[in-house]
Amino acid sequence: MRAIEAFEPPPPSKVNYINAQYGLKSWLLTKDHKRIALLYLGSITFFFFIGGLYALMIRLELLTPQGDLLQSTTYNKVFTQHGIIMIFFFLIPSIPATLGNFLVPMMIGAKDLAFPRVNLLSWYIYMLGGVITIYALLAGGVDTGWTFYTPFSTTFSNSYVVATGLGIFVNGFSSILTGLNFIVTIHTMRAPGMTWFRLPLFIWSHYATSLIMILGTPVVAITILLLAFERVARVGIFDPALGGDPILFQHLFWFYSHPAVYIMVLPSMGVVSELIANFSRKNIFGYKFVAFSSLAIAVFGFLVWGHHLFVTSQSVYAGMIFSFLSFAVAIPSAIKVFNWTATLFKSSISYDTPMLYALGFIGLFTIGGMTGLFLASLATDVHLSDTYFVVAHFHYIMVGGALMGYLGGLHYWWPKISGRMYPEGWGRFAALVIFVGFNLTFLPQFVAGYLGMPRRYHAYPPEFQVFNVLSTAGASILGFGMLIPAIYLVWSMRYGKHAEANPWHLPGLEWRTQSPPPTENFEHTPIVDWEAYEFAPPEEMEVVGRFRRELETA
Amino acid sequence: MQSWIPLVPESASTVSSKVDAIYFYLSGVTLFFTLLISAILVFFVVRYRRRSPYEIPRPIAGSHKLETLWTIIPFVIAMTIFGWSARVYFEQYRPPQNAMEVYVVGKQWMWKIQHSTGQREINELHVPVGRKIKLIMTTEDVIHDFFVPAFRMKADVVPGKYTTEWFEATKTGTYHLFCAEYCGMNHSGMIGQVIVMEPREFDNWLTGNLSNTTPAVAGQQLFQSLGCVSCHGANGEGGRGPTLAGLYGKQTRLAGGETVVADESYLRESILNPQAKLVEGFGPIMPTFQGQVSEDQVMQLLAFIKSLQVTNPQQSAPAASPTSTRATTQATPRPNPK
Amino acid sequence: MIESPAATEHIQAHPALQHHFENMEQQREAGTLGMWVFLVTEIMFFGGMFLAYTLYRSKFPADFASASNHLDITLGAVNTGVLILSSFTMATAVWSTQVGKRQTQILCLVLTLLLGLTFLGIKAVEYYDKYEDALVPGQLIPGRPFGPEVAQEGDHDRHKLHLLPGATVEHVQMFYWIYFAMTGMHALHMVIGAGLITFLIIFSVKGRYDPEYHSPVEVIGLYWHFVDIIWIFLFPLLYLLGRHFEH
Repeated sequence: MRAIEAFEPPPPSKVNYINAQYGLKSWLLTKDHKRIALLYLGSITFFFFIGGLYALMIRLELLTPQGDLLQSTTYNKVFTQHGIIMIFFFLIPSIPATLGNFLVPMMIGAKDLAFPRVNLLSWYIYMLGGVITIYALLAGGVDTGWTFYTPFSTTFSNSYVVATGLGIFVNGFSSILTGLNFIVTIHTMRAPGMTWFRLPLFIWSHYATSLIMILGTPVVAITILLLAFERVARVGIFDPALGGDPILFQHLFWFYSHPAVYIMVLPSMGVVSELIANFSRKNIFGYKFVAFSSLAIAVFGFLVWGHHLFVTSQSVYAGMIFSFLSFAVAIPSAIKVFNWTATLFKSSISYDTPMLYALGFIGLFTIGGMTGLFLASLATDVHLSDTYFVVAHFHYIMVGGALMGYLGGLHYWWPKISGRMYPEGWGRFAALVIFVGFNLTFLPQFVAGYLGMPRRYHAYPPEFQVFNVLSTAGASILGFGMLIPAIYLVWSMRYGKHAEANPWHLPGLEWRTQSPPPTENFEHTPIVDWEAYEFAPPEEMEVVGRFRRELETA
Repeated sequence: MQSWIPLVPESASTVSSKVDAIYFYLSGVTLFFTLLISAILVFFVVRYRRRSPYEIPRPIAGSHKLETLWTIIPFVIAMTIFGWSARVYFEQYRPPQNAMEVYVVGKQWMWKIQHSTGQREINELHVPVGRKIKLIMTTEDVIHDFFVPAFRMKADVVPGKYTTEWFEATKTGTYHLFCAEYCGMNHSGMIGQVIVMEPREFDNWLTGNLSNTTPAVAGQQLFQSLGCVSCHGANGEGGRGPTLAGLYGKQTRLAGGETVVADESYLRESILNPQAKLVEGFGPIMPTFQGQVSEDQVMQLLAFIKSLQVTNPQQSAPAASPTSTRATTQATPRPNPK
Repeated sequence: MIESPAATEHIQAHPALQHHFENMEQQREAGTLGMWVFLVTEIMFFGGMFLAYTLYRSKFPADFASASNHLDITLGAVNTGVLILSSFTMATAVWSTQVGKRQTQILCLVLTLLLGLTFLGIKAVEYYDKYEDALVPGQLIPGRPFGPEVAQEGDHDRHKLHLLPGATVEHVQMFYWIYFAMTGMHALHMVIGAGLITFLIIFSVKGRYDPEYHSPVEVIGLYWHFVDIIWIFLFPLLYLLGRHFEH
């Protein structure tokens, strides 16, 4: 142990992945996973704010019951586009394509993802899908709801269904390629000594996410393709006039789109596992249970799509099976929550911003998950499906879960990504504002839904107004809260304090190289001889690019 | 609007209190676990806050006992909800035998409703309190959903087939009717009222809106004018086509050897697309009526075919003809359509 | 300082070794696994259509049988043979790359490409037939909507649609919709495969592959076999099933 003091931390190397090359071309043609992560970061932030603008319009419209701000056709387009942009262009790529892209190779001690060119291609495909979708929105928009239910979408809607569908179809391949890259990388490129059970839980959750991406996305791709052809050719397999079954579309659509919810929330669970362990300096309680629960969620997630069809004349027996499986899929999530909580027992908790997001995540995800049981339960779902209860529930999962994890992760790894610290005070303030705003927005919607307010309503009976006013007030706070990190993170890129290699004093591989890392991540391929989350006093964690045990033996 | 903020919707059907009971149980479970987790979190966060930058807590690997415990407890709780809820769901979706039937056709953006006594309504449904009502529903265009929050009931209305929904109102009053499946431009305008009345008032309402053609009578007229009589016989006794009298609800053998239950959806399909499921022993000679009859008219034909099975002095009594050599229906008790 | 033994190996590395891999072994493993994972997504992609096929086949058996009878079973069978043969030549190409027989390798790749193009040619003839008989569903081809002539009893015109008892033209159209969707998607994969093999031929002539470095040939070979297997499923499902209905 004494030997450590003999080593001075080497001065941070001037060359890193950001300044290794200059010029637009060096970014647009980069094969470095870290640069591609930044390209994604910029793009999804752009889409996030477009989606946010739509959310703002929805909330303003619903402030009064009459439906006086927007016309109903406009409103229908607004909520459809809010859903499409947020789900396909923000939530699904959010953590995997940015934090995952940046960190999966670093956390396993690899120099890059297995297929760097495929990785770059996935970003271009994402952008192409985005451009097509934006074109469709500007040309006239789409009003089918993000679910594209037939026969409305195939025969009755007069909007840009085909163009939007094409955008989503193209975008799907970017997520397939990302998933493929992660799976191959995690299988074949782990550093010597990095066994499966030494992997950070972030990696496990990304592995599970990738499984869903490669198994589910192609199904929605072919479904949307058939839908688009059906619209163009005026014939097809979903058309009831020809003996086709519109419900088949819903089965195929939800076969992907339910697991897609886990694409959004699993990576976030991975981030939260990291945050909980690292900010309490405690190894995760029941590591293997948390790791395997991710896989269980990925597998079970594919067997529950039918719970979206409890009221569509599906047979009552099918309903029972899907209900049972939906309850079953809740168990692994519960296991995670209990293990995270138990991790904090006799730990050393710091109150840094990322930890605040992680704690917020656990609370909100618990509410989101528990209210999911109301919808997995058959009798209550009959009443609650397609009401604001559903809207509130999935926002608790997607915003309270996925987005909280994303923001927490972004703050946590910001020093590594940008080489700068974010302002801690502002960070905590924003986390608090977002938490309050979020709850104020969506808690009232549970009540409105239970009282019977249907979703996707442009005007509504006046007795629901009180809930909508509360919701809109909350959304204003939430929107304001979102702007704060956007501003200070950009600010910090230029004016923030320089980050050390390991500002949080943590054992993970990504902290054992300089901030920002060099292009190949590590000077030498690391050899891992420690378990995941093995903490040591800060001064030992300071040492850059070298490992505790080596020094001890030296 | 009430002066206080309501937290529970009005409860006006036989199932609504059962659904509410599950809802409250679930709310209790949710509240309990949310508060439990939050309380533990807050306690840990305060109790185990970092006191010095040098402290390294002792690692704890985990505990199989605890893992088992918190796998089994949530699972058991989940199963209680599942079982309870599934039972109520069966009740919600299995229509009772002796219900009063009402025909509902959804179309962008209105509900067209016809009582079996002939009265028509749009976006309004008058029903008597304390009577089981069964809605037989379809749509002319896209998917809609007939949702009455006060009854805790909803069911999708799907083009190309019939769906059913039933309820028994327990309280008189006027309740919201919503379309709960997004159906295009004026989705939020596809709303209406369900008016639950005392049986006597309902009878008054019926006579006040007297209609001289019940769906069954209208169906009988269609049966004549569309030429169905020439093959199926004036009273559905059969001929070149299969017997219709007494057909509804029975098991029917098809050409392929399978059997189907002659429920609403089967009859509808056989009118619109006769070749799809041919009755054993009959050739594909019936023309399709797709595009020639509206959804309303199909429902009227259906009402007529149904009326053929019971002896009804007003409809010239159906000759449920066992004499027909090609009788293809087997008299089995009517199973549940679902 | 402990260094990974793999890191030192980097110095006299194979020219085809990419910078982020430790050695050729790892690079090949990654490539092969990557293709397998990709093929899993392909299975799911086709799976959606297979599901639709299964559903409607059981819903409209007579209609699907009538439609299926109209397909040219001879051309279908020939195409099946062509593809199986091409799988053999592809497998030989992979083997000869692994053992370093460059002449055989190039020959087999060229043969595979030719067989693939033969398949596409025959498929085009079949498609044209369907176009002639107005069997392309809906308004997929502007100006020639679906509308086959239906044969009367005793009429044996090959170009007319012979409906079995209980079959309707609408549901025949449904079959053709699925037929074009599935074979079209398969043909698209063939076209992509042919493009990939063309690249392989160019690089083989340049001598890029050797027993040390042959994963592109192997991986594209996997893809080619996969596309064949899809056809092995499509042929009986679309051409053969339901033939027993024929009188």
